[in-house]
Amino acid sequence: MKEYIYYPGCSAKTNAKHYEESILPVFKILGVELEELPDWNCCGATASMSVDDEKSAAINGRNLSIAEKAGKDIIAPCAACYLSLKKANNFLKEGSKASEKILSKLEKLGLEYKGTIKVKHPIEVLVNEIGINLIKEKIQYELRGLKVASYYGCQVVRPFIEFDDVDYPQSMDILLQALGVETVDFTAKTKCCGGALSANLEELGARLNYIIIKEAKKKGADAIVTLCPLCLFNLEIMQSKIKKIYKEDFKMPILFFSQLMGLAFGLSREEMGFSRSLIQTKQIWDKIEIGGINV
Amino acid sequence: MEIQEKVCFEEDLNLDFLETIKELSHCEEIDRCIQCGTCSSSCPDAVYMDFTPRKIMALTKGGFEDTVLKSFTPWLCASCYSCQVRCPAKIKITDVMYAIKRVAIEKNKYPSRFPIPVMYKEMHKILTKNGRSSELWLMLNLYLKTLNPFGLFKMAPLGLKLIKTGRMSIKKESIKNKKQLKKLLKAVKEET
Repeated sequence: MKEYIYYPGCSAKTNAKHYEESILPVFKILGVELEELPDWNCCGATASMSVDDEKSAAINGRNLSIAEKAGKDIIAPCAACYLSLKKANNFLKEGSKASEKILSKLEKLGLEYKGTIKVKHPIEVLVNEIGINLIKEKIQYELRGLKVASYYGCQVVRPFIEFDDVDYPQSMDILLQALGVETVDFTAKTKCCGGALSANLEELGARLNYIIIKEAKKKGADAIVTLCPLCLFNLEIMQSKIKKIYKEDFKMPILFFSQLMGLAFGLSREEMGFSRSLIQTKQIWDKIEIGGINV
Repeated sequence: MEIQEKVCFEEDLNLDFLETIKELSHCEEIDRCIQCGTCSSSCPDAVYMDFTPRKIMALTKGGFEDTVLKSFTPWLCASCYSCQVRCPAKIKITDVMYAIKRVAIEKNKYPSRFPIPVMYKEMHKILTKNGRSSELWLMLNLYLKTLNPFGLFKMAPLGLKLIKTGRMSIKKESIKNKKQLKKLLKAVKEET
């Protein structure tokens, strides 16, 4: 099995701890040990690109260089990290005057980067490299009875996606279906959650997240499953604001796909960090036929 | 009837502005904009913008530098790249918005009293200093700097929930080799 290096990003260490807590053991069960990128720095996300693009390319170049020394492709579960690393990787490889400048500065500090590695998202690796067959082999409990809306958000699918569609991707749906979960025809799957704007501009945040959750509810989803820490955070915290503005109390649980994978692989709810949800997850346990096996 | 829009004369325009944005966004295709409006209709935040993305493209091409730099539009772009992947002229609209934001910061023309530019600047400052971002410290700085300190009280229930579920880190996150990062960031701003 191919080896990868794991880039957690700031969220997986703070508000999305349950993403890391579920993704590492799931990959381990599938025979892929995810070693953390040594002394990684923040990707800068939309903030650094808005303030200083040279610095944004440089800090991502530092991470890419460290990974290249280890000789492994990067796995970045966070959508913003994935995009920033991928953007910087494309830029540093383009051979322009601007990119050569950044590369030479990196080299002077012992951070030479030749551009030999790729940046990947866990979904891409799970579906296209590890493969659905192996995933099916590891399943101990099929999660029958649960109906979810799989929500991809923006930055994994746009603008650089190579493994799926920009508007109506399927990879996560295929993965979840393999676990026995039913996925609804979710037309809002790549609608924007507002990203970093939502927490600061609450009216805008409530509106965008209302569109997403309302559509999931209409299609009969018991939960929204996502692959982005910021999407999960916005979809959770905006529900109280939505209740005030739109007078609808959705109580829609928001989960990471990796939490459901762990559950299907026989790991416990506690291990998979379900108690970290800001929205009650009771309705999920009522729906899953085996009761979500609380081992 | 009173005229609402300020009339802009030719001497108010900066005809080099388009070239600046083209260079900074690494996008030569802005000229190809045919004003079809695919960007504006794809944009989830267009309803909140003072100028829709389509108008920003036209204003940029026309050299209306001041109007573009003072606009809220680039700061309301959530970087979802919907417009960029759909643009029939292949204009990297999201990257154009980023370029406008950077020029607006550089020339100090961004809309003041608007939280987004301040948030980005603060976050960039924290993560380039420590190598990692710390949400708690970012929020504290932000509320003390721009929004009213009462905002903090409003955020308190959420903060408590996050602490209860173990999803908030109190300590300032940092990388080990801060020295290397500092040198790198200083070096990229030097010409040679």
